[in-house]
Amino acid sequence: MSIRFSFGGDEHIFAEVSEEMSLEAFFTSLSLTNAVKQAGIKGVTEICPANASFQIKYDPDQIKAGDLLRELQSMEGAASKSDASLKTRIMEIPVYYQDPWTHETLMRFRERHQDPSATDLEYAARVNGLGSVEDFIEAHSSQPWFVSMVGFVAGLPFLYQMVERKRQLQVPKYLRPRTDTPKLTVGYGGCFSCIYSVRGAGGYQMFGVTPMPIYDPNQQVSYLQDEMCLFRPGDIVKWKPISRDQYDADTEAVNANRFEPTIREASFSLAEFNKDINGTNAKLMEVLHGR
Amino acid sequence: MAVKIINPGLSTTVQDLGRPGYYHLGIPISGGMDRFALRAANLLVGNDEGAAVLEAVFLGPEIEFTQAATVAVTGGELPPKVNGAEQATWEAFAVKSGDVLSFGYLKSGARVYIAISGGVDVPLKLGSRSTYTLGALGGHEGRALKAGDALPLGPSGKGRGAIPAALRRGPGNPAELRMLPGLYWHRITAAAGKQFFADTWKVAPEADRIGYRFKGGKALDFVPRTPPFGAGSDPSNIVDACYPYGSVQVPSGTEPIVLHRDAVSGGGYMMLGVIISADMDLIGQLQPHSPARFVEVTLDEALCARADRQAALQRVRDHLKL
Repeated sequence: MSIRFSFGGDEHIFAEVSEEMSLEAFFTSLSLTNAVKQAGIKGVTEICPANASFQIKYDPDQIKAGDLLRELQSMEGAASKSDASLKTRIMEIPVYYQDPWTHETLMRFRERHQDPSATDLEYAARVNGLGSVEDFIEAHSSQPWFVSMVGFVAGLPFLYQMVERKRQLQVPKYLRPRTDTPKLTVGYGGCFSCIYSVRGAGGYQMFGVTPMPIYDPNQQVSYLQDEMCLFRPGDIVKWKPISRDQYDADTEAVNANRFEPTIREASFSLAEFNKDINGTNAKLMEVLHGR
Repeated sequence: MAVKIINPGLSTTVQDLGRPGYYHLGIPISGGMDRFALRAANLLVGNDEGAAVLEAVFLGPEIEFTQAATVAVTGGELPPKVNGAEQATWEAFAVKSGDVLSFGYLKSGARVYIAISGGVDVPLKLGSRSTYTLGALGGHEGRALKAGDALPLGPSGKGRGAIPAALRRGPGNPAELRMLPGLYWHRITAAAGKQFFADTWKVAPEADRIGYRFKGGKALDFVPRTPPFGAGSDPSNIVDACYPYGSVQVPSGTEPIVLHRDAVSGGGYMMLGVIISADMDLIGQLQPHSPARFVEVTLDEALCARADRQAALQRVRDHLKL
């Protein structure tokens, strides 16, 4: 994998690891950005890993573009030789699929959708060749996901499913973006799932909502007091389908600030994963459920 | 409390020089869109250059002072008034407790910077007082100001002087926005690239702190491709990536969007390149429907322009020391 570098004006260097999405490209981006962080290069002000690329913002009064580019290129070889393993976290995110709030919103924006006669989930099931919405929800929630990027807006995770390429779900974005998306909507666009951290515009298909806040600028939520954003690139997520009753109970717990998310330490090796995907995911589930 | 908002105008927010270091979490730098005007306003009232000020767009707010202060208004030409009496822009003036600052109609530009001696002393959030409204972070309660809001001021220094027109900076007509091509420039045809720089564009009504949209140029032709896995089927789609500040994305090849201080940090549209740092301030002073052109530059030219901009700021500092 040879990285394509490009100057983004006079304050950014953009690096495309690969044009297409893959876990290999994501791991290269993550390990390179970690290496840049550790190198403590003078003048570097922002280090942003993305799905299959990354971006460095720097102060050209402190380091020359050419010098920074050479430093990044010198790290490229070491990153591709690294063993792509990771100490990370696995967490369970409850999802109330087919909820009334995203349903109300998707009905309001039907004329911007590929299939105005179906819901987003019905459309997603059909374009992925699955028989029913329930089959799609099963495919979406049965295997874990990598947080492969955090961004767009504050704390929003992009998630990439940990299954072989032929099992990846793919759903086009809305034809024209909506001007509204409920807060904490679980969305889907291209090969990525996401959680909308705040209410606002969005183009991803809407499948459900989580009761669990993932961004808190006031740092009041018990598990967001140290960092206002829950997710970091490299986190592993497992969706847990929940009922309306469970959603209401979780929401009540969140409001009383006694909701406790399930988050465990985990380790991951890309080589082991590629050798045995089902086995690796099964082990991750054991870690998540404390067995 | 030292400042009371009687009428907030269209959208008035607390801004300083921003909140670097959190873009990897999707939290943008924020801060004044026209940094030159923000720094100049602070210098005029004796503040640190990066003190928090009020940024107002198109319509000025109405503000009552509950203590004496020095005030300066820079940026667009929006005439300030004290108790109805017009004051000069780019010049320090004094207000007493009980005075009301209001504004006439906008004559040019888009945003004004209202610096008050002592600076607006809202709490620091992640190292900055800037308002990021989309994330409800910073400023006054994470939002644009409303009638009835009261804002504290910090301890004040001594302000004085004026900045003559020759030392100010603003966009021309048409505005010329210099751009370094790059990123996904290779996705469009050579003819489309030539046309992009030849066209005169107009600022669209969708222009805010997140980004400015431009209309009226010819749609771009893309180089044919098989969509990479995960990118999406539109020729302007990419696997979601980071967006630089000032990057020029063109969804479906039709209307370029230049991301600004409250940028979305990433997404799935190809970008043609990035507006150079020296010209970011100018975008903040563009009104909807005003004409603009994109001008191709090299990295060396971008760095020269950056040095010119720093020299212009130094001339303001030197002038005010006299």
